[in-house]
Amino acid sequence: MGFLQFIWDGIWAVLSLGNFALIKILLIANIILITVSYLVYFERKISAWTQNRIGPNRVGWRGALQPFADVFKLLLKEDIVPEKANKPLHTLAPFIALFVAFSTYAVLPIGPAIQIGEETVNLVVADINMGILYVLALTSIGVYAITFAGYSSGSKYSLLGGIRSSAQMISYEVSMGFSIAGVVMMAESLSPIKIVESQSGLLWNALIQPIGFITFVVAAFAETNRLPFDLPEAEPELVGGFHTEYSSMKFAGFFLAEYANMIIASAMIITLYLGGWQIPYIETLNLGTTVTTILQISAFMVKMGALLFFFIWVRWSIPRFRYDQLMSLGWKVMFPLSLLNVVYVAVIIMLFNV
Amino acid sequence: MNIYDIIFYLFAIVTLVSAAFVVSTKNIVHAAFFLIFTFFGVAGLYILLGADFIGVVQILVYVGGILILLLFGVMLTNKITNVEIRSGTTQIVPALIGVGLFAGILVLTMVSTEWKSAPGEIPFTTAYSLGKVLLTDFVLIFELLGILLLIALIGAASIARREKE
Amino acid sequence: MLTEFGKIFIFILVAILFTIIAIYAAKLIRPSRPTKEKLDVYECGENIEGTPWVKFNIRFYVVALIFLIFDVEVVLLFPWALTYQDYGIYGFLVGIIFLVVLGLGMAYEWRKGDLEWARPTPKKVDVKFEKKNLLQTNSQINVESEN
Repeated sequence: MGFLQFIWDGIWAVLSLGNFALIKILLIANIILITVSYLVYFERKISAWTQNRIGPNRVGWRGALQPFADVFKLLLKEDIVPEKANKPLHTLAPFIALFVAFSTYAVLPIGPAIQIGEETVNLVVADINMGILYVLALTSIGVYAITFAGYSSGSKYSLLGGIRSSAQMISYEVSMGFSIAGVVMMAESLSPIKIVESQSGLLWNALIQPIGFITFVVAAFAETNRLPFDLPEAEPELVGGFHTEYSSMKFAGFFLAEYANMIIASAMIITLYLGGWQIPYIETLNLGTTVTTILQISAFMVKMGALLFFFIWVRWSIPRFRYDQLMSLGWKVMFPLSLLNVVYVAVIIMLFNV
Repeated sequence: MNIYDIIFYLFAIVTLVSAAFVVSTKNIVHAAFFLIFTFFGVAGLYILLGADFIGVVQILVYVGGILILLLFGVMLTNKITNVEIRSGTTQIVPALIGVGLFAGILVLTMVSTEWKSAPGEIPFTTAYSLGKVLLTDFVLIFELLGILLLIALIGAASIARREKE
Repeated sequence: MLTEFGKIFIFILVAILFTIIAIYAAKLIRPSRPTKEKLDVYECGENIEGTPWVKFNIRFYVVALIFLIFDVEVVLLFPWALTYQDYGIYGFLVGIIFLVVLGLGMAYEWRKGDLEWARPTPKKVDVKFEKKNLLQTNSQINVESEN
């Protein structure tokens, strides 16, 4: 018994290291994988519903096992790298995309701190003070995946898609940064947890600074390369854009990264503008800590689901922008608006001293 | 040698090795790719030293901005892939003298400086104190930075415009 | 004890490991039968014409340049935004001056047309002339068909 106890203590020491960091990391990695694959399924189902079709319905109950079938298909496909491609960069591009998509989750909180035994566990992998800037920095690395994919494929479509996309992403990054500055002014912190806590009650940033909310959401759409901003992979003109020459798991890498980025974007919108895991005035109901925590985590999930549905809904309802429209929207509408938002928030704080 | 030392040397090795690749590779795009790792290594070192804001900003500005600009410059140049960069060795003696002098000055400064090493106390957050300093002691510099950036913007844009016409 | 950045470090290592496994696991089971046609770059099924590295519009470079400047301004604005509430009207004025300078830069770019994206100007067609021609041919056809 003593021996087993010893082993158990050892395992427990490793697992509880740094606020259960390892458990949280593994948990988050799995959650992302499952969510992403089902997000693809839901996208197909919702698009079918929008266009009055049935959608995937063969594998499993109403096609519920379709994601697994897709994964196995992609695993078994031949990996074709064109002769003209720059092979090392061609291989590395999907790695960068996936790496960025996964490492961003480290700072996004999904619920309030909970008590396990004597320890307080934050429902976030790492509560760094730079959380929001960390996400911004990683997003800016994401541009490289697309640029390198476009450059290294040796195909005209890829190069056009890649360079278009990187110009698009950096254009909207500016208005994203200024929108976030407005939130930071309200919360006086760069830590996602503090930002969520500053939006208690109905002080949601979406209600206080609607302009910033709109500019951030638009920028988030542009950063994830989703319709109406999917110029990089505009099928009618560019075949597949930057991933024209990708197949097998490398293509799956880009595909997964796109959906993972969608989840990140939703989580960011919720954290910054929609009050994170908070339900307004839930404290007044006196439900007890456990029930409140569970309700709050599910509130986060519900908000997440609603936003993801919104992402998919927009994709299948709105036509694509022309490239000059996209750039002038970014620089002439969203950028001045996000600047105005900073001034507006400064005035609001002056007036009400919130 | 504790874990911090190991991580420090890890970042240092990443920085130096990738920097060596940057100067030795013959493909400019590959050089840009290795530069990402150099910047990452430096950012890691900053964070290890407790300067978290500078570390993240290093990635945000250098990797997310400057390197993109560099890549665009390379990709916009016509038929760049067919051109091999000549990195042969010419002018060995003057270069050796120059590098030797520079290294000598560096080593001399390193040896002669009295490094202050206080027991490390990592500040809770550097961004907040940075903001305080920017708004009190260095407020003029803060505004001047804005004007400097404005000048840079105007200058850069007008040069790019002249090239175009 | 693990610091918060240590956790980020571990998380990034796990992310790298995961990515490598995800992409290379398939290598064991997938087929590899390359042929010449397969290894060609896709170009709508035609033979490949010329090199893909075509000349790009300089606009892309200008956009990246403008972006870089504003990116630095955002970064400078963050420390101000963090401490803004502590300094009252003084902090407000400092920020507004900075933002006005920033806005000046934007106004300059706007005025000079650097934010404009070049659109191909459609060729002017002499409509009258063509109409006349069209009418003529039409009448000719009519005459011919009548005959």
